[in-house]
Amino acid sequence: MRIFIQHRTHYAYGSPAKAVMQLLRLTPRNHDGQTVKSWRIDLNCDGVLKAGEDPFGNLTHTLALNGPISDLEVTVEGEVETEDRHGIVRGACERFPAGLYLRETPLTEADAALKEFAHDVTSEARKDRLEMLHCLLVGIYSAIKFDTTPTNSATAASEAFKLKRGVCQDLTHIFIACARHLGVPARYVGGYMLRTDGVTQQEAGHAWAEADVEGLGWVGFDPANGICPTEGHVRVATGLDYLGAAPIRGTRQGGAEEQMRVAVQINQARSQWQS
Amino acid sequence: MSLDEMNAEDGSVREPYARVAQWLATVSPEQLERRRVEAELFYRRGGITFAVYGDAQGEERIIPYDIIPRILSTQEWSKLAAGLEQRVKALNAYLRDIYGPQDILKAGIVPPDLVWRNPAFRPEMCGVEAPHGIYVHIGGIDIVRVDEEEFYVLEDNARTPSGVSYMLGGREISIRLMPELFRSHRVAPIENYPNELLATLRSVAPRGTMSEPTIALLTPGIHNSAFYEHSFLADGMGVELVEGVDLFVRDDVVYMRTTEGPKRVDVIYRRIDDDFIDPLVFRPDSALGVPGLYGAYVAGNVTVANAMGTGAADDKVIYSYVPDFVRFYLGEKPILKNVQTWRCRDPEDLRYVLDHLAELVVKEVHGSGGYGMLVGPHATKDQRADFAERLKVHPENYIAQPTLALSTCPTFVSNGVAPRHVDLRPFVLTGADGVRIVPGGLTRVALRDGSLVVNSSQGGGTKDTWVIEC
Amino acid sequence: MLSRTADSLFWFSRYVERADYLARVLEATIRLSSLPIRREDAENEWASALATAGCRADFDALYDWVSPAKVTRFLAFSKRNPTSIRNCLRIARRNARQVRTALTAEMWDTINTAWLELNKLDFDNMDASAMARFLEWVKEISLRVDGSGYRTMLRNDAYWFARLGIFVERADNTARILDVKYHVLLPEHVVVGGGLDYSQWAAILRAVSALTAYHHVYHESLKPMRIADLMLLNPKMPRSVASCYGAICANLDSLAEAYGRQGEAQRMARSMHNKLENARIEQIFETGLHEFCETVIAENVRLGAAISEQYLV
Repeated sequence: MRIFIQHRTHYAYGSPAKAVMQLLRLTPRNHDGQTVKSWRIDLNCDGVLKAGEDPFGNLTHTLALNGPISDLEVTVEGEVETEDRHGIVRGACERFPAGLYLRETPLTEADAALKEFAHDVTSEARKDRLEMLHCLLVGIYSAIKFDTTPTNSATAASEAFKLKRGVCQDLTHIFIACARHLGVPARYVGGYMLRTDGVTQQEAGHAWAEADVEGLGWVGFDPANGICPTEGHVRVATGLDYLGAAPIRGTRQGGAEEQMRVAVQINQARSQWQS
Repeated sequence: MSLDEMNAEDGSVREPYARVAQWLATVSPEQLERRRVEAELFYRRGGITFAVYGDAQGEERIIPYDIIPRILSTQEWSKLAAGLEQRVKALNAYLRDIYGPQDILKAGIVPPDLVWRNPAFRPEMCGVEAPHGIYVHIGGIDIVRVDEEEFYVLEDNARTPSGVSYMLGGREISIRLMPELFRSHRVAPIENYPNELLATLRSVAPRGTMSEPTIALLTPGIHNSAFYEHSFLADGMGVELVEGVDLFVRDDVVYMRTTEGPKRVDVIYRRIDDDFIDPLVFRPDSALGVPGLYGAYVAGNVTVANAMGTGAADDKVIYSYVPDFVRFYLGEKPILKNVQTWRCRDPEDLRYVLDHLAELVVKEVHGSGGYGMLVGPHATKDQRADFAERLKVHPENYIAQPTLALSTCPTFVSNGVAPRHVDLRPFVLTGADGVRIVPGGLTRVALRDGSLVVNSSQGGGTKDTWVIEC
Repeated sequence: MLSRTADSLFWFSRYVERADYLARVLEATIRLSSLPIRREDAENEWASALATAGCRADFDALYDWVSPAKVTRFLAFSKRNPTSIRNCLRIARRNARQVRTALTAEMWDTINTAWLELNKLDFDNMDASAMARFLEWVKEISLRVDGSGYRTMLRNDAYWFARLGIFVERADNTARILDVKYHVLLPEHVVVGGGLDYSQWAAILRAVSALTAYHHVYHESLKPMRIADLMLLNPKMPRSVASCYGAICANLDSLAEAYGRQGEAQRMARSMHNKLENARIEQIFETGLHEFCETVIAENVRLGAAISEQYLV
């Protein structure tokens, strides 16, 4: 399937910023079942955009602007060709052994409640790791209500779990925290998803988790949808948690009241190669 | 019985202490008290204070100072110095390895999860070349003695070890308040420490740095407990004392904002923690660091001393492998001994530890400052039972060591001169042109009778340390 | 030197200078209001004290009406007035602490000791004589800071930034008091009779400690135009705007020379200095004293911004 993606992030500053520096993880790589056909980054102003790679193998751009800057828009746009691999990720850029992904991070720390939950929902399926992860996936999908209001990008897994509400980022953190507690290496994936209901305008990118399963390698689990990633999922960046895979991490000097607006458009592209 | 560094067991005075013993026999407690008060005044007037974390008033306190010097002979020192150099070389080799080829994991010497799951390990440093291959430019190695022969390493401090201003302050007091005693010994100088530090930092400037490298000391600011030390060292080296807001990065080059415009910075001696160095890469809410500093480091345009991620070499489990590092990387026999360490993550060790809690000291792997530890012989039965529970839940968080009979030194306390337990923190400087160690270090003394905890936050004091020819 | 260090030195000086100025304004107002004048006039004096201090709006946000006790309290030691004398000294000390090593031990000692003494004062129970002693003490502090800086600091950029702070603040203060009081100097000012005009005029001069200087310079009784001349244009009067600008130019030139480059701050200061040198007080009265003062204040604010832009950020 060929997927068209356009992701706009717009910042407006109440008073102009003197300088802005951002680290972008907005460029997907190729792996089995995912081929980037075209991709570009645009800015609405002059700035230095330096391409690089982080230690996890994500493609990065460092954006540096000198002000006064009253607004900034970062747009990425492109087309990606995908195939359904049942969530199994092969041929991707791997810089670390799976064992690294057992690290706890502040956002994915499992507190007592999460630990208990992790054991409860997987109690039937302790033997088989894959089965256990599916139990976890379904368990989280049904226990946590999707709600964009109560959490933000700094909300930790345990807080979201206590609220029983959150967005895909929170559900992914909860999944990761539980999996790691159960001894399964797990990581955060930032990307996009083509919706199956025909809605093409979205308010944000998507996030899900990947867990390491013997014999299969990394397998994706999308707890916000209760499914394994399909051909509608486009992987962009992976990390230990949101902070390692965030599409944009930024700092600014000066300027007041930052307002951020995100608009994502995802639809099936009409392939020019189609016969 | 522990070793007393002045009075040998047979009642004789150990040679290095001969003159100190004579002197102690002639001074009255009143004279000692007067000097103690003067010493305290010296610290207070100089503002050589520290803030205690968790102290609501944010009160500035001074660390108690004991005016009776601690003496080491040059023979003792030269053996210790050789061991320190070897130890820090091994720590640097280990860091170079785990952030590079990871040979030690392949060789099966260190279990990989001790690296991967160590919170102080920074994946962000993997594959990043440290300028001149040095990670730990300033190391503080805590040393204890239990007998005449051996020095034991109690702990390695590879992050941002502090205390050097107390070492130098103590020397200033010795020279001012006890000139006769000081002159009667030939005490190896330490006042050149800021110069040695400067030379070390200069030597590690990124390759290709034109002319004189510009060096800056990065401090979290005046509210930090060690701010006095930061300003003291910056002054002593003649370098700028900067906060995060004074620096900025453009095109992967670090600049400081000066009245003459941006000035390029080549070497940053940072006294802020890894977490706060660069909000783009580490903690996003950090206001203490410099956005883009990590990128400048990766690009090879700035040296950060100590490098980020050095904490992966100094926790209390990794500690137990350092003698293996010496053998593996240097092919040498370790000069300094390690204290025997039981790793509670290992079920057999855990069983032993639980069975012998009353004899052992149990420490948190990532704890510091003497917090979160159990001194078995001094603990109550309830405390031990409580700790045993914690051990069973999170064995991987703990190690245990035998209760060491730390050596004692004569110390002036309320009821006169009495032996008190001491340790020693020498500061080891590693530059591109070699290792520098000023003779001695910071002697910390547990002022409470019988106490083994020397940390300043737990009622410890300091002493001047004299390395003398005898 | 680090921009932040220069910034702290600059503001350290400004806040000490401002504390001194506030003490003088308060003294002059207390003195004036003790004279036999009408109640409205007395009220006006207190209102204009607030205006001269530039904090009328802050005051109005807290109180419904003006009373001598309220204004005194507000200007001297209210914690809620960001530029009360107490807060000025607090901010000055905070800036000094930031750059302790750039100050000499004597300067640090002065401001630190002042701060410690200030904290011991019982502000809630201060009678008239205690207030007088307090204001006297504040002026002494600024003399000591000034003197210790003059006597102990190296003559390098640290010194020049510290001095710049004093003179930029002082120029602002002098212009401001004239701007608020200009009406009593104008010919159409209604004569309220007797010696009250004299008292009004003398109060202005006292606020800039220039009453004696006036007599020495002009050898005659107080005349409005002469007062304005002394405060704006006389280069010998240390608090005149012209004199401040002479010092501002000198310190900015020292910086330009040391750094080998100059910029907007130097150009603006020089242009203002020229304007003051060439001005004649008669002309100023013709075109409007008030307008002239407004211009000086605005230019001075712009100069502060230019110095900041060029050196301090």
